[in-house]
Amino acid sequence: MGEKVLMKGTEAIGEAAIRANCQCFFGYPITPQTELAAYLAKQMPKLNRVFVQAESEVAAINMIYGAAGTGARVMTSSSSPGISLMSEGISYIAGAELPCLIINIVRGGPGLGSIQPAQSDYFQATKGGGHGDYNMPVYAPSSIQEMVDLIQDAFDVADLYRTPCMMMGDGMLGQMMEPVEFVLRTPRAVPEKDWAATGLHGRAKHNVINSLYLDPQDMENHNIHLQEKFRRIRENEARYELFECDRDNDLMIVAYGTTARICKNVIRDAERDGIRLGLVRPITLWPFPTEAFEQTIDRTHFGYLTVEMSAGQMVEDVRLAVNGRQPVAFYGRMGGMVPHPKDILERVKQMIYQGVK
Amino acid sequence: MAQVTFREDICKGCGLCIDVCPKHIIQFSERLNTKGYHSATVPDGDMEKCIACTFCAMMCPDVAIEVVP
Amino acid sequence: MPITFTKPRGLTDAPTHYCPGCTHGIVHRLVAEVLEELGVLDKAIGVAPVGCSVLAFEYFACDVFEAAHGRAPAVATGVKRAKPDSVVFTYQGDGDLAAIGTAEIVHAATRGEKITTVFVNNAIYGMTGGQMAPTTLPGQVTETSPYGRDTNIAGFPIRVSEMISTLDGAAYVERVSVDSVKNVLKAKMAIKRAFECQIEGIGFSLVEVLSICPTNWGLSPQESMDWLRDHMLPYYPLGVKKDKTKESE
Repeated sequence: MGEKVLMKGTEAIGEAAIRANCQCFFGYPITPQTELAAYLAKQMPKLNRVFVQAESEVAAINMIYGAAGTGARVMTSSSSPGISLMSEGISYIAGAELPCLIINIVRGGPGLGSIQPAQSDYFQATKGGGHGDYNMPVYAPSSIQEMVDLIQDAFDVADLYRTPCMMMGDGMLGQMMEPVEFVLRTPRAVPEKDWAATGLHGRAKHNVINSLYLDPQDMENHNIHLQEKFRRIRENEARYELFECDRDNDLMIVAYGTTARICKNVIRDAERDGIRLGLVRPITLWPFPTEAFEQTIDRTHFGYLTVEMSAGQMVEDVRLAVNGRQPVAFYGRMGGMVPHPKDILERVKQMIYQGVK
Repeated sequence: MAQVTFREDICKGCGLCIDVCPKHIIQFSERLNTKGYHSATVPDGDMEKCIACTFCAMMCPDVAIEVVP
Repeated sequence: MPITFTKPRGLTDAPTHYCPGCTHGIVHRLVAEVLEELGVLDKAIGVAPVGCSVLAFEYFACDVFEAAHGRAPAVATGVKRAKPDSVVFTYQGDGDLAAIGTAEIVHAATRGEKITTVFVNNAIYGMTGGQMAPTTLPGQVTETSPYGRDTNIAGFPIRVSEMISTLDGAAYVERVSVDSVKNVLKAKMAIKRAFECQIEGIGFSLVEVLSICPTNWGLSPQESMDWLRDHMLPYYPLGVKKDKTKESE
């Protein structure tokens, strides 16, 4: 076991990526994740690995496309407006089936928005973002330790399925400091990258990294192949945490990331008022852990309350998972405002005592 | 004797080879190739005038021409 | 009997989709010949653009990436940084390189990326059907400059080679043409020099190749060659614009 060190979230991501054998980082400065680039700018050259500050997020994601296409383990990092710029490239990466990790430290929007924590890019991360029928695994840790632990898993999943993966934190997770321990994890067995464009080096057939299929039948076949892959990811890679769910509760809260941590405090506070709450915490936002709702659907009296730092995005997936079997309500703050436990508890009481949906 | 060979079904009949042949021996074929173009050709009897300069091949956008000295 | 001229190993057997007389085919062949002659076909990695040469990945017999529109220099940067021993080139048209991809080409050049860019300038968008390009000449009629390019409205063409040559990271920049046998030979020498510049690790290299687009110019291939000579050469003078390879000798 390693020792615990006090680290800022963004720097911990950098260290975890290095330990997960990330070979190349390409990025563009944007608040609130710039310290990650600064950390890697310092560390990567010492390890004879690649750090390049690109001229834009657009260039950065295309450098990722190039480096990932050679078979290297690669990562980029940005925040909301930058992820919008990268979305074209992410679509190409998904289409060409290249493994990579994209860190997204979400800030308030829309537009230039704010630089405070937000979760308003859930739709962008889980419902495409870029064009075309694609999804990518999206991890939403709720502590720096969990973020660190998930980095290698996300890299492995990227390699295993030949897919981009996103690590989605909010500005709070990126900026705060917590003690973390870098535990050496056994990597998952991932297949040889015989598809990579490395130069022929005696190989008879040339490898092409591409997402263009001019014949519509070929394009549909490629889509069928991608959808089959997405089905396998949905079946095997969904992750969640159930907190205080092994009992009959008055209400189940659904929250992820920083919001989930706040909601754990709410659950504790509610006990003092004689209210029993459970927490369903999706760790993967895509694939969405619908299984978590099968396990809790019969153990909540008043249904589910989804709490987000958004106008209500994940709540749509909660409603799909619950599928009308229980009421699903929502509470959210927007634009970089973080919900206060007192206000969440107030919303819980509205549901329970006043029947407010 | 030099020999210039046209891959008839690759040729798109652009005529760039015809323009640069210093011996003016290349012309369009009477018949259409599978693409529907009159491909370039050297008529029987004119091949002996070929000097294997490869000008035609160098200007051919479709790499349809092979030249042997 | 020795063969004087045959298809280079750097090209696949796939017939190209280019229009009759389109000089992309000549430029493809020159790149392939150079890769073969330099003995680097085995470690060459190409990056194809969006535009007429979007299918170049089917024609080059080396490993190839198909990039998003304009992003080839960024993709090539990623490739070269991850695989520094490979020989990396982008193949781009004027819309791809000089309009949507201007930022990427400028910054790849100024970073001195050890890559080679083959830039085909035919003063028009070919694939989308003949719209005004950033290199369309003043007065030139296209689908989107139907009264001729009015510089008051549409501004001026970019002389890419001259612009790139101002950047310290650019090591070798030359403009060539493929309108004649003599110029084709010169173009090949330039492309070879550009690749050598990369292999020797001197810096970024770019060869701009003036080309024709008979279909969208509305001219025969022969008339197009004349048009290139009469109109493009005066605006886009041929020659070496930058050569750090000499300085380093």
